Amino acid sequence: MSKGVEYTSIREIAGPLLIVEDVDGIAFGELVEIKLDNGDKRTGQVLEARDDLAVIQVFEGTRDLATKGISVRFTGETMKVGLSKDIIGRIFNGVGKPIDGGPAIIPEKRVDVNGLPINPTAREFPDEFIQTGISTIDVMNTLVRGQKLPIFSEAGLPHNELAAQIARQAKVKGDGGNFAVVFAAMGITFEESQFFMKDFERTGAIENMVAFINLADDPAIERIITPRIALSAAEYLAFEHDMHILVILTDMTNYCEALREIAAARNEIPGRRGYPGYMYTDLAMNYERAGKIKGKKGSVTQIPILTMPQGDISHPIPDLTGYITEGQIVLSKELHTKGIYPPINPLPSLSRLMNEGIGKGKTRDDHAGVSNQLYTVYAEGSELRDLVAVVGEEALSVRDKQFLDGAEAFERTFITQSKDDNRDIAASLTIGWDIFKLIPKTELKKLKQEHIDKHLGKTE
Amino acid sequence: MVEGIIIKISGPVVVAKDMAGVKMYEVVRVGNEGLIGEVIELFKDRATIQVYEETSGMQPGEKVVSQGQSLSVELGPGIMGNIYDGIMRPLKQIQKKSGAFMARGIDADAIDHKKKWKFVPSAKKGDQVIGGQIIGEVAETSAVVQKIMIPPRVSGEIKKIVKTGEYTVTESIATVATQDGDVEVQLSQKWPVRNPRPVKSKEEPTIPLISGLRILDTFNPVAKGGTAATPGAFGTGKTVTQQSLAKWCNADIIVYIGCGERGNEMTDVLKTFPELVDPRSGKPLLERTVIIANTSNMPVAAREASVYTGITIAEYFRDMGYDVALMADSTSRWAEAMREISSRLEEMPGEEGYPAYLSTRLSQFYERAGRVTPLAGGNGSVTIIGAISPPGGDFSEPVTQNTLRVNKTFWALDKSLASKRHFPAINWLTSYSLYLDTVTDWFNEHSGSDWRDLRDKAMGLLQKEDQLQEIVQLVGPDALPDNERVILEVTKMLREDFLQQNAFLEEDAYCPIEKQYLMLKFILEFYDRAQEALKKGVKTEAIAGLAIKERIARMKEAKNETFGDHYKELQAEMSSQFSKVGGDAQ
Repeated sequence: MSKGVEYTSIREIAGPLLIVEDVDGIAFGELVEIKLDNGDKRTGQVLEARDDLAVIQVFEGTRDLATKGISVRFTGETMKVGLSKDIIGRIFNGVGKPIDGGPAIIPEKRVDVNGLPINPTAREFPDEFIQTGISTIDVMNTLVRGQKLPIFSEAGLPHNELAAQIARQAKVKGDGGNFAVVFAAMGITFEESQFFMKDFERTGAIENMVAFINLADDPAIERIITPRIALSAAEYLAFEHDMHILVILTDMTNYCEALREIAAARNEIPGRRGYPGYMYTDLAMNYERAGKIKGKKGSVTQIPILTMPQGDISHPIPDLTGYITEGQIVLSKELHTKGIYPPINPLPSLSRLMNEGIGKGKTRDDHAGVSNQLYTVYAEGSELRDLVAVVGEEALSVRDKQFLDGAEAFERTFITQSKDDNRDIAASLTIGWDIFKLIPKTELKKLKQEHIDKHLGKTE
Repeated sequence: MVEGIIIKISGPVVVAKDMAGVKMYEVVRVGNEGLIGEVIELFKDRATIQVYEETSGMQPGEKVVSQGQSLSVELGPGIMGNIYDGIMRPLKQIQKKSGAFMARGIDADAIDHKKKWKFVPSAKKGDQVIGGQIIGEVAETSAVVQKIMIPPRVSGEIKKIVKTGEYTVTESIATVATQDGDVEVQLSQKWPVRNPRPVKSKEEPTIPLISGLRILDTFNPVAKGGTAATPGAFGTGKTVTQQSLAKWCNADIIVYIGCGERGNEMTDVLKTFPELVDPRSGKPLLERTVIIANTSNMPVAAREASVYTGITIAEYFRDMGYDVALMADSTSRWAEAMREISSRLEEMPGEEGYPAYLSTRLSQFYERAGRVTPLAGGNGSVTIIGAISPPGGDFSEPVTQNTLRVNKTFWALDKSLASKRHFPAINWLTSYSLYLDTVTDWFNEHSGSDWRDLRDKAMGLLQKEDQLQEIVQLVGPDALPDNERVILEVTKMLREDFLQQNAFLEEDAYCPIEKQYLMLKFILEFYDRAQEALKKGVKTEAIAGLAIKERIARMKEAKNETFGDHYKELQAEMSSQFSKVGGDAQ
């Protein structure tokens, strides 16, 4: 390996890329250390290795670099992160350096940040219900351990508040400790990061948390590394220390923008909307690092947050994410404008792993029925609202009015809850049954008769 | 064997020099770790190689060694019920060697070389044999008997053949004297994945592949040996449809390719298939299934190869005379893998960055489907059902469009149906099957002689509904004449009680064609009775209020085996109800 060899033969600097020529024995993916003329150091990684040339992406950006006067040292190592259990309770920057004033981590293990794919035969299918205390999620889009369930949001919506609330409230029935949050921020503002930190400090969550923070004014290229380091930490804690890890990644849109920036700097052929053609694979390399493994106690659950540009769900970022993740929680501007918190619209939301995590012995035997019936009531009620806008409420039949009331009640009592309201699943289901009282029993087709009898009483 | 030196590494693409003599698509071992790669471009003595594993840490200067053959897979007893990666490495063996996470550079035989199989010969010494001829068999699983064939391109006289007994897949079981000398035949054989296995002739597919899904079988059937595509945005149920087909369709062998999809989905298949029982053979479904899993986070070059690996396995079983169904979920990820590699090769891109040869590759793949006469006679088929994941659910994108040109069945998954929780969310108006005419005779013979008439009549009503709905949206349903309001009543039944199917309900997950036929017949009988009643002056409201509607809604829950009796009972009840409102036939 080329360990320790220093080169000053810089050929070209473009965007975040640095091209060094006359090199020898450079490894693909190898980490490099760049020394500036003023003594500052930066890190980079080899993107392309040739027998006489190396293309390097510089993590802290290429500002102040010159083709003369700097030196590049190849470390002979790929990008690794040193981990130990001491990372819990600590705050790091986007490339894994402590920024909380604490001591450096003495690593117990050094792992490649890219991780390795989990063998599909080694995976255990996720089926343990996580109670988030939020009715729309718990009842209608149930999260299970080992799932990746993103929040699709828009600028100006309270996705941060929601993520913080989930991180604070998430728990599994009959399971006490060994739970921790890994928080990875990519390109978020200082204020947003303060919001999270203050919230975690206020509630004491910080004790059980690892944060990796890349702020909006940090180099974009570091954002590519941040989720990888965070997920390496999560895998380490989950599969080496039997912990249940909830990973919050925010904001994946910034991550994808950084990906596009680098691709453009490398003169790559762009795919849809200028994003690189490999964005699907790249996102999958992150999202697929969620799951459970047979024979291991721990788990990695992911809640990535992304802001859909202009609220467009067909934009490449939410689109590719939706193809990889196991569902999505969609926030709605309309509900937010109505003053409803959390503004989760259950109609486009989905949890693909829900069926395995609910029902008798897991939540309650009426869970699936209540969920489907609520969906129907709200879907029909919403459709009728559009009709009312055209023909007026007087034109509706009695039955239609009941559904309209049902949808109204659903938004007011079921979706709406305060930021510190931690509803257990039974409480959420009860609210559902209260809404069904507004609807004639014969219309409750998604519910089993025995459940109707039990919760609404027998007719005759 | 050629040995060269790496001069450039960029992700999965590696360039090596001193490679003169290496062939296109030849397999090479790359770098000190000996990662598997394939030559995809040659320029003078330089070879561009796509590497099937992660290349981090590899250096220019490391060596590349050619293997003298193109990417091939080993076919023989031991394939069934297994799960492989894109280049047919057994994932269970890899797990044993490297643990839960997949390390690179691990080698494992696709099929167990040590295991002994009981071989029963059917040929004898002195027989003249040709390629593809069956010379014996191995009962591989309780559901599948693997026929042992002379490899294609080998023909001559059997000089020696072993007796019934236990043999490994690499032991010689027969010697064939050919013009070019003796050839040893084993239980296993190798085949290069990018070359279609030869057949004697291709036939017209006339027998439908029964899926048990009403929207498919009754409205848009695919033939055994045909091709079908299921495009749909995320959340529309592509994977559920594919898995449903893999579970219930009446093929003998299922090859399921998870190409660039979710890891947990493969786990789901591995978990549920052994528990599910094939309604026809009574054996666990996994015993007739081969899974190729190259999930989205596994190396992209192997994803490109996974589709070829899968189709080669399918052809191998086809050659034994089986009907094979291959599900590729998703061909978009396959196309994207091509795009990714093409872009690293700095090739001139075609539409949306896809390589210009996208269309050629897709057609070559779909052309490997077909109903065939294998080399040594008989009858076998490979049906390809490809899922497509169009970005944003927009079907105008290159993968969907290029697929449609070479594909005869189109099952359009519809986001608006999915959001209404209408599953399977396959749009009946935009979907089509070009096999309809060729399979009509079979359906008329096996379900009812008026099958095609009923199907067309129902389709006509659904089309009519589409027009009527436009009017309703403008002026409301009350403005329609009575006979058209009845049409809306009936099409609502067709949509909700016939086309919707609940994959999680035991009786409804698989609907036999006899039941499909009777369900459809009954709904249309209702329609006829209703129109008659209207003529007799019965009010639409009275018809809409008939209690039989509730029974129709529950038809799908009725027992499959006794549905014939159930149908008669329903008929009687309908008659009496129509009489009550004054619409009896007298």
